[in-house]
Order: sequence, then C-alpha cells, then structure tokens
Amino acid sequence: MALGLESSLGDTVITTKLDEVINWGRQYSLWPFVFGTACCAIEFMSAAASQHDISRFGAEVVRFSPRQADLLLVCGTISYKQAPILKRIYEQMPDPKWVISMGACACSGGIYDNYCTVQGIDTIIPVDVFISGCPPRPEAVLDALIKIQDQIKGETVLKDRHKDFKGILD
Amino acid sequence: MNTTALEKIQAAFPDAICKVVLESVVLDVRPENLESTLSRLKNEPEFNCGLMVDVTAIDYLEYPQPPAARFYVVYTLRNWEKNILVQVRTPVLDPQAGITSATHLWGAALFGEREVYDQYGIHFQGHPDLRRILNHWQFEGHPLRKDYPIGKGQICYETDSLEKEIRARLAKKGVDDATLKDINTQVMFLNLGPSHPATHGAIRILTALDGETILANVNEVGYLHRGFEKTAENRTYNQIIPLTDRLNYCSSMLNNIAYAKAVESWLGVTITERAQFMRVVLSEFYRVLDHLVCLAAALVDMGGLTNYWYLYNEKEAAYDLISRLTGARLTSSFTRIGGMYRDFYDGWEKDLEVQLRGIEKGIGDSLKLVETNRIVHDRTQGVCILTAETALNYGFTGPTLRASGVPFDLRKDAPYYNYESFDFEVPVGSNGDIYDRFMIRFYEMAQSIRIIRQAMKHIPEGPINIKDSQVVLPAKQQVYSNIEGLANHFKLIFEGVKAPAGEWYDSFEAANGELGFHFVSDGSGKPYKLKVRPPCFYIMGGFHKMVEGNMIADAVINLSCINIIGGELDR
Ligand code: SF4
Repeated sequence: MALGLESSLGDTVITTKLDEVINWGRQYSLWPFVFGTACCAIEFMSAAASQHDISRFGAEVVRFSPRQADLLLVCGTISYKQAPILKRIYEQMPDPKWVISMGACACSGGIYDNYCTVQGIDTIIPVDVFISGCPPRPEAVLDALIKIQDQIKGETVLKDRHKDFKGILD
Repeated sequence: MNTTALEKIQAAFPDAICKVVLESVVLDVRPENLESTLSRLKNEPEFNCGLMVDVTAIDYLEYPQPPAARFYVVYTLRNWEKNILVQVRTPVLDPQAGITSATHLWGAALFGEREVYDQYGIHFQGHPDLRRILNHWQFEGHPLRKDYPIGKGQICYETDSLEKEIRARLAKKGVDDATLKDINTQVMFLNLGPSHPATHGAIRILTALDGETILANVNEVGYLHRGFEKTAENRTYNQIIPLTDRLNYCSSMLNNIAYAKAVESWLGVTITERAQFMRVVLSEFYRVLDHLVCLAAALVDMGGLTNYWYLYNEKEAAYDLISRLTGARLTSSFTRIGGMYRDFYDGWEKDLEVQLRGIEKGIGDSLKLVETNRIVHDRTQGVCILTAETALNYGFTGPTLRASGVPFDLRKDAPYYNYESFDFEVPVGSNGDIYDRFMIRFYEMAQSIRIIRQAMKHIPEGPINIKDSQVVLPAKQQVYSNIEGLANHFKLIFEGVKAPAGEWYDSFEAANGELGFHFVSDGSGKPYKLKVRPPCFYIMGGFHKMVEGNMIADAVINLSCINIIGGELDR
C-alpha cells in the first residue's frame, strides 16, 4: 500500500531519495583501478579469476586508467620511491572515489619496517577500508568490497569526501 | 669445485691470495690488480668466465675482527661450461675515489655496480652511468652502510625525469638532431610505467620512438625496493625465511629452498634424504607454477585472454593444494634450516597427481591455441632477438638465457639434491626470440612434471629434519615436558642458528635463473650481510638490448616473457 505522494500517483511512479538512487547505482558498479606492486597483487588476480569471480559484486571492470575508475585498490608494498606516483594516480581519479588498502604492507609497512618502505599508505592518501593479511585471501578482497558498498549506502552525494586530508607529500 | 681449478688460478695469479670456499675459488687481489685480474679471468680461454654473476660490497665497520679496509668489493664470476665459480675480492681504501669499473668487460656490471654505488656509496671509475638504482634520486646516504640507521626513511617528492639518460642513450645509438632533420622525423618519447598494465608491477620503461620503432630505451627499477638485505641483517637465519617468500612471490617456495640450502651448505649440514626429495618435488612444482603465471599474463598481453583462464585456473587450484600442505596459499614459509616444517600429509601423493593432470590439461589446451597459431608466430618469431653472447654478457641465466641457445642449468651443471640421477632434459632455444622464450617455459613445465613424478616414485620414508639440537628446534613434546627441550627451543628462537664466521656464496636454479645468496657471518645467529643475486635484476639490465630496433608493442610482450617479478628485482 502506497503512502503519501505515491498514493496519489498510482503504481506507475516510484519516488525515492536522490541519495538512495545514486548510491544504489554506485554501489554495484564500482570500477577498480588496481595499483598492484607486489605479492598482494597476485592474490587480487585470484580474486578476479573465475573461482572467486569479483564480477559477482559488480566490480569486474578493472580499469587501467585512473580517470575511468572510482575504486583504488592498493595491493602491495609502497616504497618512498613509489609514493609520489600513488598520490598522482589518486589525484587523477575523478570524485567520488574510494580506496582499499590491501595487505599488511599497504596498511602499515608490514614486515618491512625500514628505510625504504612507507609505513602505511594512509600517510599519503585517505583510505576507506583496510584489509589485513600477508597476503589477504581473495575472500577478504570481496569482503572489503562489500564493506565499501555498505559505506556508500550511508553517504550523501552532496558532501565532498576527504576534503581536508593532508599527507606527508602534501 | 675441484682443486685443479684452484691450482690453475693460483698459478696464473701468484700475487693474489686464493682459497676454496664451498664451490668457489676466492681470490683476494690488490685494487691496482683488479682490472687485469678480471679481464684475464674473462678473456683467457683457460678461465673463460663469460658470465658475471653478481657484484656486491661488504662494510666491515662493525665486524668483530675487521680487516684493514672498511669496504671490500666482491665480483662473482662463472665459467658456465666447466662449472668454475670464481669470486674476486678487493679492498676499497677510499670509497669516494673507488675502484675501476668492470663495465667494459661485462654489460652486467652496468646494473650491478650501480647497485653497489647506491647501497654502499662506492665509486666505480669509468662507469658510464653511475647513479642510484634502487633508492630514489632524492635519497641521501647509503643504506647498507652499517652506520645508516635501518628506520631512517627519506621522502621522495618527485620522480626522476630520466631525460638526460634517454638523450645519452640516443646519442650513443648515433641518433642526434642532425640525423633526425635528415630523415625528416621527430623522436617521440613514450613512457610506460611505473604503474602501467603492461609492466605487471612497478617498472618504468622509457622509450624514444621513431614512428612505432624503438630507437633507444632506458629503464628504471627500484620501485619495489623494500630493504630485504638491511632487514635480513637484523633477523635470525630462520626468521629470514618469510622474507625470502616475498622475493619471487610467484614461486615463493623455490626461494625458501634456495635460501635454506645456502645456509645449510655453510653449516655443513646434509639434510635427510626424504627432505631432499621433498624439496625437489616442491621446487619443480613451483617452477611449474611460476611458468604458468608468466605465460598466462604474457598471453593476455598478446590478446589471448582464453589462455589466462586455462593456465591461471590451474594455478588457482594448485594454491588450494599448497594451502592444504602448508596452511598458506602464496607465502608458505615451508622450509626450515635443517629440513622442512612438516611432512607431506596423507593423501598428498594422490592430490598432487590430480593437480599435475590438471596442469597438463591446462598446458595442452593452451598450447593448442598458441603452438600453431599464425598470429602468435608472426608476433613472436624473429622479434626481440638476443644473441647468446649478449645474453651471457648481461648476466642472463635461466630460461631467458637458454632461449638464446646456452644450455646452462645449475640442475645439470652443478647438481644438488640428486638432480644428476633424475631423467630430464634442458630445453634450449635456437633463435633467442620471443617465441623461444615462450616455448621454453612450456617445455620446461613438462620436464618439471617428469621430475616430480620420478621423485614421488622414489621418495624414501624417514625423518624430514636432521637430528642436531644446534640447528633444528626440538619436538614440541620435549619443549613442554622437560627443561633441556625448553632451553634448547628458547636459545634457538632467540639467538638463532649460529653460523661460523666467514663468507660464502651459494646458488640455486630458480624459475627465472640463478638465484644466489652471498653471506657474511660474524659467528652470531644473524647474518652480518646477506646479498641476494636475483636472476631478473640482470635480465632487466639487458632489456634495452632486446627491444631497441623493435616495435613498441613488441617491447610489451617481451617484458612479459622474461617474467620480471618486482620482489626479486628490487628486493
Ligand atoms: S602484505 Fe605481504 S603479501 Fe602483501 S605485498 Fe606485503 S609482503 Fe607481500
């Protein structure tokens, strides 16, 4: 039984909130850009291959250009030499965009607590979901994807995300 | 190593101090004799050390009994035909003045010496392009010096433009502005990477193009430099095993095994028969996996996506098998110094056979698509040819060298773990083109499967770890029930396996070629220095030799067929 406005429009029209309909669309059509540098990228390959099949979650359109992607997946160790490139790629992605940090290295430097490894990519770019593991299993990648989808559901399209972020390279 | 090689070398170099360490003859020469020693070792037919395996340095600053000079540089050379391994050591009195470069003898020294310069700050006189390679250009100091603190990171704000280098390379190839004006063209610079789908990781390839033809090429590596060597100096020998997993992560266990073998050879430990067979089975299995991933990705680059599913699905299934055995899919850390972590589980043999059949089917399906495929032939045959001479000169080993027609394989030429008693062949290419580099991997997989089947047939029963309380952890039962076991466990975990003081090099035929470990021990449970000799570092050093004169699209598939793995390349 329709209530309010819908009751007078009959059953040919659906009313909804702008946030809801846009977020619904965004959730199930994330286009990932895989910033794969190391071992974790191999596990992402597994997540994309047929056994785990990331396309079940609408995120199989892996883009190789940041300008066409809205989900940045950082899979692997980020060294200081790599850091400016990661930042540049993040900046090249159009808003709105989300970031998953996959694996211990990307999250915190992992076992590489030394002179060349960035101790967590959240010192360079804002991160939405962290995946633990060295490397995480492909299922964990899918889990992170679902977390991002849930997060998108609760957002409003009117607000700029991470506007005030400042990292070590800014 | 036979004593005749030692005698011969000692007779030829009476001024040098020669000794035999494990498989190699070590020569200590004075810096002024370095150049002549190296060139004689390379050029005299008696020695014929055409392959420069590696070059590294040692900083003796904190060594308990330091020698006269703080720094030593070590060149590791090989005569692959006669299996002679020679190491030439020389003191560096003043790192800023440095020593003479060996770049005029071996192309491999171009990359090798740059790394020594970057990590230790030792200058090489006459090196045409001495600059940092693993660390970024804004880095100050030299991280592998003992007085560089391990945690002192340095931020890089901008990437290097490489403009100077590519222009120098163009000039070297004889392309200057006048020629360009003459043929009425303009050079276009095209940069691939470090984040580009074709580079499968983080490598930067900069090309100067005339149309689609590559006139000159320079490459930058080091984007995945994660400080393996410095970190290893702060870990016990067993704690380093997980780090080795992450060198070539497509064949992690091969690195584990190579590393454990290198430590054991110095300890003088012979692992049990069963453990040796296990290591053979697992190394060959991982060799297959490595080739599967390489080919799957390479064929995708060529537009053959179907192959990816045929080959990668088998790799995925193999991960399941491996995780049943080791508990992990990718980074399994399954070896221990002195043996293995666990034995095969009940039913492993059957599971393995099922998996091998699956792999054979995958390979067969994929071969049907590519072997007689006109497009594959046209794109790969006669493209990016590399002669045997150049390959050796640049320090190539493994399938990439064999594709150029050099039948060098450590499993045949310096066998370990009973490889001499297995029946297998070493496939060799005839043209050194991309096609050969592809096909060699297909054929090697078949040979590896042959070895696995033989090994599984003859694997003896018995323990998998040696009985030596100084090396191997006691059984958990002992640890929990008596004080000796507990103390033993505690000491081994905290202090590590103690390796006698000394310096040694040991090598292993990994999926990409010769994987070597060069250790210096001060007698404690942690290595004083540990240098990895990664096969693909030197292969990448010769990349420009393969692609210059070819098309840009060829460079892309050439990169995928040499299987550059960042973890191993940059360590
Ligand atoms: S988290 Fe582990 S598996 Fe992932 S990139 Fe780092 S070392 Fe490799």
